[in-house]
Amino acid sequence: MNPATVPVSEPVEAGHSLWHDAWARLRKNKLALASAFIVTVLGLLCVAAPWVSPHAYDAQDLALGAAPPSAKHWLGTDHLGRDQFTRLLYGGRVSLMVGACATGVALTIGVLYGAISGFIGGKLDALMMRLVDILYALPFTLFVILLTVWLGRELWLLFAAIGAVEWLTMARIVRGQVASLKRMEFVEAAHALGLRKRRIILRHMIPNVLGPVIVYTTLTVPAVMLLEAFLSFLGLGVQPPMSSWGSMIKDGADRMEEYWWMLVFPAGAFSATLFCLNFLGDGLRDALDVRASKD
Amino acid sequence: MFRFLLIRLLQTLPVLWAVATLTFFMVRYAPGGPFTAERNVPPEILKRLEAHYGLDKPLGVQYVNFLKSLVTGQQPSIRHSNRTVGEIIRESFPVSLELGAWSLLIALAIGLPAGMLAAQKPNTAQDYVPMSAAMVGVCLPTFVLGPMVVLFFALKLGWFHTSGWNTPGDRVLPALTLGFHLAAYIARLTRGGMLEIMGQDFIRTARAKGASGLRILSRHALRGGLLPVVTYLGPAAAGLITGSFVIETVFNIPGLGKYFVGSVFDRDIPVVGGTVFFFSAIILFFNLLVDVAQAWLNPKVRLE
Repeated sequence: MNPATVPVSEPVEAGHSLWHDAWARLRKNKLALASAFIVTVLGLLCVAAPWVSPHAYDAQDLALGAAPPSAKHWLGTDHLGRDQFTRLLYGGRVSLMVGACATGVALTIGVLYGAISGFIGGKLDALMMRLVDILYALPFTLFVILLTVWLGRELWLLFAAIGAVEWLTMARIVRGQVASLKRMEFVEAAHALGLRKRRIILRHMIPNVLGPVIVYTTLTVPAVMLLEAFLSFLGLGVQPPMSSWGSMIKDGADRMEEYWWMLVFPAGAFSATLFCLNFLGDGLRDALDVRASKD
Repeated sequence: MFRFLLIRLLQTLPVLWAVATLTFFMVRYAPGGPFTAERNVPPEILKRLEAHYGLDKPLGVQYVNFLKSLVTGQQPSIRHSNRTVGEIIRESFPVSLELGAWSLLIALAIGLPAGMLAAQKPNTAQDYVPMSAAMVGVCLPTFVLGPMVVLFFALKLGWFHTSGWNTPGDRVLPALTLGFHLAAYIARLTRGGMLEIMGQDFIRTARAKGASGLRILSRHALRGGLLPVVTYLGPAAAGLITGSFVIETVFNIPGLGKYFVGSVFDRDIPVVGGTVFFFSAIILFFNLLVDVAQAWLNPKVRLE
């Protein structure tokens, strides 16, 4: 019998890529999926705030003042009679934007720094990592506060300041991955086959570093948002008339004796978002099977 | 061991110097001087004020004076004009230290047992219940939890004062708030560390030899399982002891953190410099402690 004509009785097992497996694992994690869904909906609501909400975020109704939740103002109004639901959405825009942009800054610095350090190796690597060690020992919160003082209170500077202190762990993770990948047989084989450096980096290194980077990025977002809220709570972050969830919590905390709704709703929205992002990060970590340290 | 400590201590010196230098230039070049917050100060008075605090000298001289004052703590504060930086730190640090110590105690008392319980039977109710609570704790930052706790226990129930630091009862709410938040992290780390250790061969061996559960835990697992907690505790304890800005602001506690935030707002350069330097020194000290503790817990780590 000619082997070429043998009908294939069993389907050839399809190749399972890392991403395929990861998606399958993530799909089983209902909590992480629900979290992703909630964060997406919340994000879309915030982006679409002007169309979702019937009120303007800075429209004051001083005669009304702070009113508890009602049919007209779903989450009540603040001490200046501004609609809380609207302000929550606009505040969410700032908070989520900080989360995204500052993480972007941290991601860029961290990945570049770690990749260069790990790829070049040797003395430069030792020097660069020693610098990271030193920076780790510094009191970050103090430096972010100093940075906000130094750079002023512009919003984009806030992103930069927060991103500038959150890149260290990312740099360490990427450096560790790159340094160990460099010594792997398949990279050596690629070298031996005469592939150019660029191709080795694009085709062999980046896909392998991507997993941990994605996981750590998801976990950086809540950390960054926390830092922004912390700064805004102390009055060092977002400045009025703009608001973020942090500054709304601060306003609420100052007036909680009379107007509990001013504290409870922003605090709830903020905590719920952190909750979801953390669950999503944990879920991705399990799915991609990454053992990244969270500190 | 002695050699290790000596080398590490020497290594912290350049770091401290870098911190001091960075702080000086950042605050010095920050927009707005220490006197701009006041209503318009006449130029001649401004000149005399600057002369009094040495702000009119060449930058190099100011920098050297700044470094000197960090060592002596004799620099007068600009906002609290009758006190020196050293006095402010001496006064407010014990307050932060006490708050930090109580919080740490609470955090360990809740976090360690919760994490161990969860690790004992992973993926059962015994795991899910404490770990869900821990997740809530992680996602409730102190500036959310603090006001909520005040709202409920102080305003609704009237059990405690809303703020202040006078009676023993005033310690309860701030310490619990800080402690609960930290306990959440400790519980998560404890669970992770214990789970990893419990899967190791030497634990199986101990079990095969018939060692009881308690003995395995105390003799074999605890040492390695608590390593991540110890690593985390260094910076966390340093942060607690040097005061949590937020908690001190929420509860109006006259600790170091409150002074620091106030001095940043006021551009009170001597106090900013002094507190940042003090914070950094404490953090470095705790990092060193962690390294020693790690070597003691983990025989694989050698102090060199």
